[in-house]
Amino acid sequence: MISPDNSTGKEMKPDMDRKQADQITEALEYKRLNFWAEIWRDFKKNKGAMIGLFTFIVIIAITILSEFLFDYDTQVIATSTADMLQSPSGGHLFGTDQYGRDILIRVLYGARYSLLIGICSVFVSVLVGSTLGIIAGYFGGLMETIIMRTMDVFSPIPSILLAVCLTTAFGQGLGVLMFSIGLVSVPSFAQVARASVLTIRDQEFIEAARASGAREYQIILSHVLPNALSPILVQSTLRVAVAIVTASALSFLGLGVPPPMPEWGGMLSDGRSFIRDYSYMTLFPGLAIMVTVLSINMVGDGLRDAMDPRLKR
Amino acid sequence: MSPPILEVNNLCKHFKTKRGLLQAVDHVSFAVQKGSTLGVVGESGCGKSTVGRAILRLIEPSSGEVLFEGRDITKLNATQLRECRRDIQMIFQDPFASLDPRKTVSQIISEPLRLNKIARNKDDVEKQVLALMDTVGLARRWFNTYPHQMDGGRRQRIGIARALAVHPKLIVCDEPVSALDVSIQAQILNLLKDLQEQMGLTCIFITHDLSVVHHFSNEIAVMYLGRIVEKAPAEELFANPLHPYTRALLSAIPIPELTERKKRILLQGEITSPIDLPDTCRFHKRCYEAMDVCKGPEPALKEFSPGHFVSCYRCAAGKTK
Amino acid sequence: MSETKKILKIEDLTVHYDTENGIVRAVNGINITLDHKEALGLVGETGAGKTTTALSMLRLIPDPPGRIVSGSIEIDGLDLMSKTESELEKIRGKDVAMIFQDPMTALNPVFPVGEQIAESIRIHEHVSYQEAMERANEMLEIVGIHRERAKDYPHQLSGGMKQRVVIAIALACHAKLLIADEPTTALDVTIQAQVLELIKEYRERYHTSLLMITHDLGIVAETCDRVAVMYAGNIVEQGTLRDVFNHTLHPYTEGLFASLPNINDRAARLNSIPGTVPDPTKIPDGCVFAPRCSYAADNCIKSPQRDNWVSESHMVRCSRYEEPSFKIIRGNAT
Repeated sequence: MISPDNSTGKEMKPDMDRKQADQITEALEYKRLNFWAEIWRDFKKNKGAMIGLFTFIVIIAITILSEFLFDYDTQVIATSTADMLQSPSGGHLFGTDQYGRDILIRVLYGARYSLLIGICSVFVSVLVGSTLGIIAGYFGGLMETIIMRTMDVFSPIPSILLAVCLTTAFGQGLGVLMFSIGLVSVPSFAQVARASVLTIRDQEFIEAARASGAREYQIILSHVLPNALSPILVQSTLRVAVAIVTASALSFLGLGVPPPMPEWGGMLSDGRSFIRDYSYMTLFPGLAIMVTVLSINMVGDGLRDAMDPRLKR
Repeated sequence: MSPPILEVNNLCKHFKTKRGLLQAVDHVSFAVQKGSTLGVVGESGCGKSTVGRAILRLIEPSSGEVLFEGRDITKLNATQLRECRRDIQMIFQDPFASLDPRKTVSQIISEPLRLNKIARNKDDVEKQVLALMDTVGLARRWFNTYPHQMDGGRRQRIGIARALAVHPKLIVCDEPVSALDVSIQAQILNLLKDLQEQMGLTCIFITHDLSVVHHFSNEIAVMYLGRIVEKAPAEELFANPLHPYTRALLSAIPIPELTERKKRILLQGEITSPIDLPDTCRFHKRCYEAMDVCKGPEPALKEFSPGHFVSCYRCAAGKTK
Repeated sequence: MSETKKILKIEDLTVHYDTENGIVRAVNGINITLDHKEALGLVGETGAGKTTTALSMLRLIPDPPGRIVSGSIEIDGLDLMSKTESELEKIRGKDVAMIFQDPMTALNPVFPVGEQIAESIRIHEHVSYQEAMERANEMLEIVGIHRERAKDYPHQLSGGMKQRVVIAIALACHAKLLIADEPTTALDVTIQAQVLELIKEYRERYHTSLLMITHDLGIVAETCDRVAVMYAGNIVEQGTLRDVFNHTLHPYTEGLFASLPNINDRAARLNSIPGTVPDPTKIPDGCVFAPRCSYAADNCIKSPQRDNWVSESHMVRCSRYEEPSFKIIRGNAT
């Protein structure tokens, strides 16, 4: 269908001798889609990603609701020898642990620790790592060498070892946990950010910005950063998943969130000695970790796929 | 005659590579009168893009001077350079890579306005952007669109609008139509010509396409491996090409007509390496008219007839056919 | 036209791509014939459907999302639509060879160029490795590269030399039909001249037929005998060089010629074609060029287009030619 559009007559002003003002094709009637709207449109098509997103939203909802639904002292950590080690039943859907605490309530309540640690630690390491990576990639030279070699020194350090050192030095606690997990993620963000910046830095639109009179910091903030965002965003979601698993592992080892706080990894550790006869004690926290991490990974993959073609256009 | 608006003297740019010294631009000199167009022609590796960027100091020259309205741009500090950037602008080759994919048309065109504080407030910015869009023939409804949703011709118009935003006096066009289809090339070339006439712009038109530069320039400089080998008014260059390279270049262009074909000059071999160039005529290895003396030092650019300069021993000796 | 077997016969070819934005009608009912030893230029701008046509000829269109909706393709009498993949593999490279557009990416970076030529030979002929390498060296010489460069890797060669290697690979088995898709677009103009000369010499020596796909009418004038002009998936005009260049019929062809900056004629102003190419998912029903055509009549927008044979060799797809008095004279319409 041709749409004779009179306003397009302006388009060809210099060549407007002909009578075709209203016959000029304006067949490319593009919707003015925002960048993020296009990404969302592609993301929606990915069923796995949408399931992941839905699950994640449910988990967040649980975290928020559990603050109001459960009383910490009476329901989450209160012990009761009478209810000890009961298998899953009507009264206790997930059973009870060796202290008589309801596992369902603890699992639901414990979501907050994983999410908090995951999101906060990644938040800080994104800021630090990306900044370093962008500076290294954009300015190159000695600065790049210093930054990236420092990153190379830190990246092989396993988070668990680092957490052990830091916990020994500063004691156990949420803060130390977040710091050590965050620190270990910094090199990966630096590398991703730098790689992203390298592809952008030599593009003509950067030169054009310079020719328009932009200073270097303006170019970085206004042009480099928005374009470098996609891989960093994808990396963030994936690192949240890693952070949650790491936090659980550390709690499992007794280095993470101290008991009686119902962190999932800690609950796994608690259930270790009872695994033969009371396997439900490890099953449910383990499932919780798995479902959370899986949903985040699916969202991350979906984001990556939705953002990729953007780069090719 | 008034002094030229742009004067480039002995401009040099070299890069140190692992394999040696790469002389991208070697002692290039030319002058451009206000309101005229200089075409700079050459094939890949001849240094024409580097010259264009050096004039804007997007690439720092290794030596030489670039005099814009009498002032040497190479000596300006960062603040002065930014001021000067309002007078000299560039239109880039690739309509896809020269626009920030994350910015809308209006954001791209308004950026120079905001950076140089030309507009007073948001409404003024919008008014000026719309006026620029009208000038370059871009329909107003593209105001909030992203470049990747538009075709090459329109994107190039955005680039032109952006360059015009600061009301420059001189525009360097780096292959502005090479990436476009033929019928769109015509639209953009007409637009550039109209704008030049209306605004009194001076242009430096860099391209590899001799037919385009013929259409668009007053004077043409032919470059080979970093040097200008011939420079002449456009009509003169095409009517009477002297340097063997220019003649080979002209004869290589396929003509879309069924006229009799002149015997085509085919150059032997490939372009020689631009690294560690010895001080001889750069073209002599491929030259079909090379003489012994051509192995000597680089021939100077000599004026053959008024305004027509050639760097060639054979031409100087008057032995060209 | 004589009824001798043609090297290429495409009838009513239609190729669509199914994309999420709609059906892209890349090629719409085109007819192409090519005689032995003849060269046909397929001219059009971006999005005209030239590359899709070329890829279809070798059944190289990825399916999905592309599909050949209708039409037949015959190469030297062989019906390609009925062949299986393994039969097609025997034809590709041997009877029909293709040169792709970008020499930078057409070569495998991890193998020396001599080996890549030899590979092409060994796929189609049962010869020993040594013999294949010897023939590869010969091919290098034919394309103007010294045989000692057979050991070089692609990155050690310049753009022009890479394209010659690509041509050597394509012609290693001395195919009867060569399809060249914009073979010189990425090359400097002096190198382009060398490569075109090479193709010309090769054709004279081995009598190869050529389908030259390009947007450059100058190249067509130099290398081809006949020309077909494509626009938005349709061949709007087809004929000998003389027919199309000197007796242009279709308004689009006229527009193309008018927008060329011709070095022999320094016009003050170039004539461009107003408007832009239609969105390939929204091809109009009637004449696809009508919205931009200065000769368009009401009929043009509504009625389906047929091929009009104005002479034995010259065809135009334009309904205005059904009026006996209608004719374009190029140069008058500006």
